[in-house]
Amino acid sequence: MRYERPQTLEDAAALLAAADAPAFVLAGGTDLLVRMQNDNFEADLIVDIKSIAGMGDIVQSDAGFVIGAAVPCAALSEDAALVAAWPGVVEAANLIGSTQIQGRCTVAGNLCNASPAADSVPALVAADARVRIAGPNGTREAAVIDIPTGPGKTSLAKGEIIEAVLLPKRAAQAGDAYLRFIPRTEMDIAVVGVSVNLTLDAGGTVTSARVALGAVGPTVMLVDAAAEAIIGTSLDDAALDALAAACSAASTPIDDKRGTVAFRTKVAGVLARRAAQTAYTRAGGK
Amino acid sequence: MSFDAAYQSKTFNSVGTRPLRPDGVDKVTGRARYGADFNMPGQLVARVLRSPHAHARIRGIDTSKAEAVKGVKAIVTAADLPDLTNGNADLFAILDNCMARDKAMYDGHAVAAVAAIDEKAAKQALKLIEVDYEVLPHVVDVDAAMQTDAPVLNETVFTTGIEPAPTSPSNVTNRAEFGHGDVDAGFAKADVIVERSYKTEQTHQGYIEPHACVANCNTDGTADLWVCTQGHFVYRQNCADLLGLEVSKLRVTSSEIGGGFGGKTHVWAEPVALALSRKAGRPVKLIMSREEVFRASGPTSATSIDVKIGARKDGRITAASATLRYSSGPYPGMWAELGAMTSFACYDLDNVQTVGFEVLVNRPKVAAYRAPSAPMAAFAVESAVDELAHTLGIDAVDLRVKNAAKEGTKSSYGPVYGPIGIGPTLQAAKSHPHMSAPLGKNQGRGMACGFWFNFGGQTCTDLNINADGTVTLAVGTVDVGGSRASLSLIAAEELGIAYDDVKAVVADTATLGYNDMTDGSRGTFSSSMATISAARNAIKVMCKRAALTWDIPLEDVYWEDGHAHAAGTKHGNRAPLSVKELAAEAGNTGGPIAGHSELVADGAGVSFATHICDIEVDPETGSSRVVRYTVIQDAGKAVHPSYVEGQYQGGAAQGIGWALNEEYVYGADGRLQNPGFLDYRIPVCSDLPMIDTQILEIPNPNHPYGVRGVGETSIVPPLAAIANAVSNAVGVRMSHIPISPPRILAALDGNG
Repeated sequence: MRYERPQTLEDAAALLAAADAPAFVLAGGTDLLVRMQNDNFEADLIVDIKSIAGMGDIVQSDAGFVIGAAVPCAALSEDAALVAAWPGVVEAANLIGSTQIQGRCTVAGNLCNASPAADSVPALVAADARVRIAGPNGTREAAVIDIPTGPGKTSLAKGEIIEAVLLPKRAAQAGDAYLRFIPRTEMDIAVVGVSVNLTLDAGGTVTSARVALGAVGPTVMLVDAAAEAIIGTSLDDAALDALAAACSAASTPIDDKRGTVAFRTKVAGVLARRAAQTAYTRAGGK
Repeated sequence: MSFDAAYQSKTFNSVGTRPLRPDGVDKVTGRARYGADFNMPGQLVARVLRSPHAHARIRGIDTSKAEAVKGVKAIVTAADLPDLTNGNADLFAILDNCMARDKAMYDGHAVAAVAAIDEKAAKQALKLIEVDYEVLPHVVDVDAAMQTDAPVLNETVFTTGIEPAPTSPSNVTNRAEFGHGDVDAGFAKADVIVERSYKTEQTHQGYIEPHACVANCNTDGTADLWVCTQGHFVYRQNCADLLGLEVSKLRVTSSEIGGGFGGKTHVWAEPVALALSRKAGRPVKLIMSREEVFRASGPTSATSIDVKIGARKDGRITAASATLRYSSGPYPGMWAELGAMTSFACYDLDNVQTVGFEVLVNRPKVAAYRAPSAPMAAFAVESAVDELAHTLGIDAVDLRVKNAAKEGTKSSYGPVYGPIGIGPTLQAAKSHPHMSAPLGKNQGRGMACGFWFNFGGQTCTDLNINADGTVTLAVGTVDVGGSRASLSLIAAEELGIAYDDVKAVVADTATLGYNDMTDGSRGTFSSSMATISAARNAIKVMCKRAALTWDIPLEDVYWEDGHAHAAGTKHGNRAPLSVKELAAEAGNTGGPIAGHSELVADGAGVSFATHICDIEVDPETGSSRVVRYTVIQDAGKAVHPSYVEGQYQGGAAQGIGWALNEEYVYGADGRLQNPGFLDYRIPVCSDLPMIDTQILEIPNPNHPYGVRGVGETSIVPPLAAIANAVSNAVGVRMSHIPISPPRILAALDGNG
């Protein structure tokens, strides 16, 4: 197995494009290094992107935030402007694994690992985040929701690397929140994850919303019906009930070692209600 | 050896203090050497091929392609481990479990093993071994395995313990019954009867260190094994028996141990490593992966238990019965029998009957797990007692106090108790501030009691007094929980020297006589008895040396406060001689000074505990959180109180994990779905509150210092304490362990 630490995205993309056996991108390595311990793991090439300029930076611009692909999740919580603008995204990223894991793991890696239970992905989807992708044929952009195509599978072509995660500029009176259910307090994987991102008008009425669910289907899903249930309301009980019902209805979970269909379906609604209330408060709603 | 083990009340200098453990610094700095930390020149890497099927006949194994892989030095199958067990069924089960012979009996059962020059070659060879399986119907659930239409795992098994003997084979290997009195008559006298069925899922001991060993067979017939184990003498015997070695020619050295909890009382892969080394002619290192540990090293039983308890209105229990079904994996066990023995051991009952059934299933061979079988039985019985208290409107502690066993009680499993601690732990619980602390919203409180037998066993110890007066203590019980510190305190106490002047080591099998393994909470109990005996023998030698030095009769010398003294006025001017002074002159007075001891440590005092638990439940998600937990347990005498508390806390933590989230999850295909710590959910630090402990000391009459084993009892009450607390918090009786969030939510929604 070959380990490469290229200095440019072009070199990294070329290395991956030229590989004729399984090749992997290494950022934080918190998923990859664990997989490498498995008996059935095989790889010919590991491309470490941490030496590439800009990969470790968070940049704020008029358009929003650009988070380099190698920025550890812990660094997100140390960026005050990012925390103020996207508290739900930051809290989701900092629920992954444990304190030690968060010092290494990245949101881009969380996305590319393509687990339906990835904590940061529902928050990114609710935030309408995009990714910038470098590849053998240049750079392109895509919506976060279009990256995972199924458990462990992404829409990235051979040789393509996520270069950065892009979060839009924040409106006034907007807030987001992410909640997940795990049976323990940390070091666990979401049985259900829910993110709510909303914007209010001066009167406290929800003017726009995005609601995303994790771990209740093969990929993270954006639930339009859930958003519609709260748009135009001030998050009264009826709106919250409708939100919870929409999230439960949209859930298509399976019975597995992590939870049951009945449990996941119900808890998706419970967490949606709670996340919406937190997002609403963060947006300045009362 | 006329060693008097009877308890004698005395004031202690060293025992009861809390010095640092001698192995602590090495462990926290990474210097300590565990199973995988030993290497030999020319060592090969071993990997094991395991069955992907829950139940399959092995029609053939073709290793020819694998043997051709460059770097492969040996491949073994069952053919390389011929059956030398000579009709010993227990030993045959160990052999068959180490390497499947005719059939693979569970997902993960070893079918072949490779030794190669590196990991890559070994893994490549595994892929090229061709096993011709005939997949057979399987059964993994304990109740399903007892049904008449269940696939029969072993056609030669006819249930024993039943009259008349059955004429057809089944998965029930044995029926065992305990009790006394007339339960039917007892139930007839009851005003209230509580009757309920319970289930518990299979859990693993969850030790952090996977099984690991280095085996080396030499051409002269000798062999060495470096291994992580709870009992290197037992491993030596098992390996020697299975490989046809003379016991004296196999030297086994125990490494430091990163947890065992019963799972390292059993050989899983060590005979395979030795067989590989014998075939390859080189040392072989075998390390099980975490996945292999879960799939193929012994978990505890899954159980299904029915309990019936009857009582008068005043709370006096008139009769109690239980039927207990325990899975044992694919080989016969005595796990239900232990469950049946322990179920009602806390109580003084006129009429009691327990029946245990051992059940074969296509899961890994069950091994001991800390007070094996008792936690599940206690879960069922203590849940029923809690329900009885509610039904009668009597306080749960008062009900237990009224029915608690005491000195002179005929126990439910037969023997009559001596002085025991169940009553005192209940009284301590009643007056503990935890019991009366206010509960918050969505919180509930539960309490439960637990019992464990404890064990003594064969023990051999050497105590050598060095030329500088320091002491080397060689023991044969592996230190799993701080026993080197405890035993050093014991030696210091007897000899009257400082703790720091004693260095305890775990000797290998070639340098000390046979010792039973560290199980049954026997490590400190038995080896402290042997250490006291060895120290007293060394003191006899030192008294002789003092007599020689002073040239006075031996009967005029006595030992006190770490010195030889001349008795009476006629030798009045003699200054006492210290251990250091006697040691310095040993070369001139008869040579090295040492004390030896070999004994069977009889009279391990039974142990009782009472636990109190507060839990908070989120009624919308079923999420639970233990907010307060108190362990009250009798230690007899706490030699090193910090490590006694550590045992109490560790047992409680494991029991909490078992109660709330841990379970083996099997798919319909009979394959284990969660062989890793991500989805086999043991508690992490932040899941638990600080676990409060209270040590009671009711001296064991059969130990010079009153010591009882303390390691196991603390895992017995938590399942029931948690279940009772959750039931109290949510108002629904939880009868299926683990009480995971989906199960709580289903119960709350009426779908339990």
